Amino acid sequence: MPIKVVLPTAFTRHTDGRKQFDSNAENLPGLLAEIDSSFPALSTQIKDENGKLRKFINIYINDEDLRFLGGDSYPFQDGDEVMLIPSIAGGC
Amino acid sequence: MEYSCSQYELVCSECGKRYGNQPLSACPDCIAPLEVVFDLAGAKGAFTRETVERGPASIWRYARMLPVPEGFQPDLPVGFTPLVRAGKFGSHIGADSLYIKNDAVCFPTLSFKDRVVSVALANAQKFGFDTVGCSSTGNLANSVAAQAARLGLKACILIPADLEPAKVLNTLVYGAQLIRIDGNYDHVNRLSTLIADEYRWGFVNVNLRPYYAEGSKTVGYEIAEQLGWRLPDNVVVPMAGGSLIRKIRKAFEELIFLGLVNRPERPVRFFGAQATGCSPITTAVKQGSDDIIPQKPATIARSLAIGNPADGGAAAKMILESGGCAEDVSDVEIVSGMQELAEKEGIFAETAGGVTAAVTSRLYAEGHIRRSETTVVCITGNGLKTTDVLANRYEHRTSPAIRPRLSDFDAYFRSIHSVSELVAAGE
Repeated sequence: MPIKVVLPTAFTRHTDGRKQFDSNAENLPGLLAEIDSSFPALSTQIKDENGKLRKFINIYINDEDLRFLGGDSYPFQDGDEVMLIPSIAGGC
Repeated sequence: MEYSCSQYELVCSECGKRYGNQPLSACPDCIAPLEVVFDLAGAKGAFTRETVERGPASIWRYARMLPVPEGFQPDLPVGFTPLVRAGKFGSHIGADSLYIKNDAVCFPTLSFKDRVVSVALANAQKFGFDTVGCSSTGNLANSVAAQAARLGLKACILIPADLEPAKVLNTLVYGAQLIRIDGNYDHVNRLSTLIADEYRWGFVNVNLRPYYAEGSKTVGYEIAEQLGWRLPDNVVVPMAGGSLIRKIRKAFEELIFLGLVNRPERPVRFFGAQATGCSPITTAVKQGSDDIIPQKPATIARSLAIGNPADGGAAAKMILESGGCAEDVSDVEIVSGMQELAEKEGIFAETAGGVTAAVTSRLYAEGHIRRSETTVVCITGNGLKTTDVLANRYEHRTSPAIRPRLSDFDAYFRSIHSVSELVAAGE
């Protein structure tokens, strides 16, 4: 069973408006490589000139920040909901 | 949902692309935060000491440098809170020239959030939102609820489920829709971002965030004006998302550029304060880095409990560049800090104020700030909202009630004094 990738509106202008898609990626690097080929314009939007995920994007696995799960090395589990979301909100 | 304005507009903080004025917080191209940028050259001559001093005793005396739409008529006297000399607390910690910027008495809801919300809601009205909202650790919820009620806007407010009861009540009383989320602030924040995507609501700290954040500049303007149009040597600021500390610096830089204050010989140093139980920014600063590693908050200072601060990296960078540093303190020190501020200065600050007081004490003790320097400590919220942390610190509930007779008072007063004297003598 694949994982489900969820995108907020900020990222959907390069996905023909699709807010979610399924993927068989095994981890985050695998998912980013898949986005490179499936949605190249989205890839440019979410990665910087060095090919790294932009620092203002957070990745959540279900309700947990990927960085609490081990980051790039975290192996996606069947049925995981993977969300890419801008980190633009907050308090004082 | 846009308006044009020649005085300010949204600009991407990374790529510099300009976006006019619209409810948008992130650059669609590079996802970096948008900032409100003013035409500073155009403000020269229009924003002077004289024009400010002729204004009302509120943040609206600085309206020319706030992103409020043309024709906006301020309704509430927000801000312009006291800057008080902290002689007793200062002498207690070894500071000769210490001031407290006391937003514990900010109008209308007793926290500095009143400043940012008033600016955000001015824009919410201009953009035509009839519902506003926020994700909040409490103070923001109170302020959005109150000011939305006053303006006739509907309010939907999201909070972590474990928020202090006083902050919950202080939101509900204004008739706001309050939704408790089973998670911490970072979970609430993420949900708010998604809701703002789907609903045509003005979320003050999501799609209105650039305008909202700009309201924090008024703390910096007021500090400079209340010091007699000069800048302090140091400012100590509590940090949650990391926005306030940067906006105070932005205010100082604008005042220098516009000629309202002289550029000091040594740049103002900024010191950030967090609770050790949620210290992603101070941790980065101590390592000389602006790389924020998120944390799971575990502190009584819930108004600062943001484990993944959106402006954390920028705040850390700014602190380091200013020559300042950052410190964090334990929950025990936070409560002591609250008590010392109350006992020495008569100021009852919330837990975040305890953080700032305790961190200030440490900064002097460790020699980061010299005794003779002028330092301003920012208190951002009122202790009446976080009384739960003091509940077990005093014995009034278990002390006996005496009869209303002078003889009983005499006997009781002597008994407690003799006990205190024995304790003091170590017997």
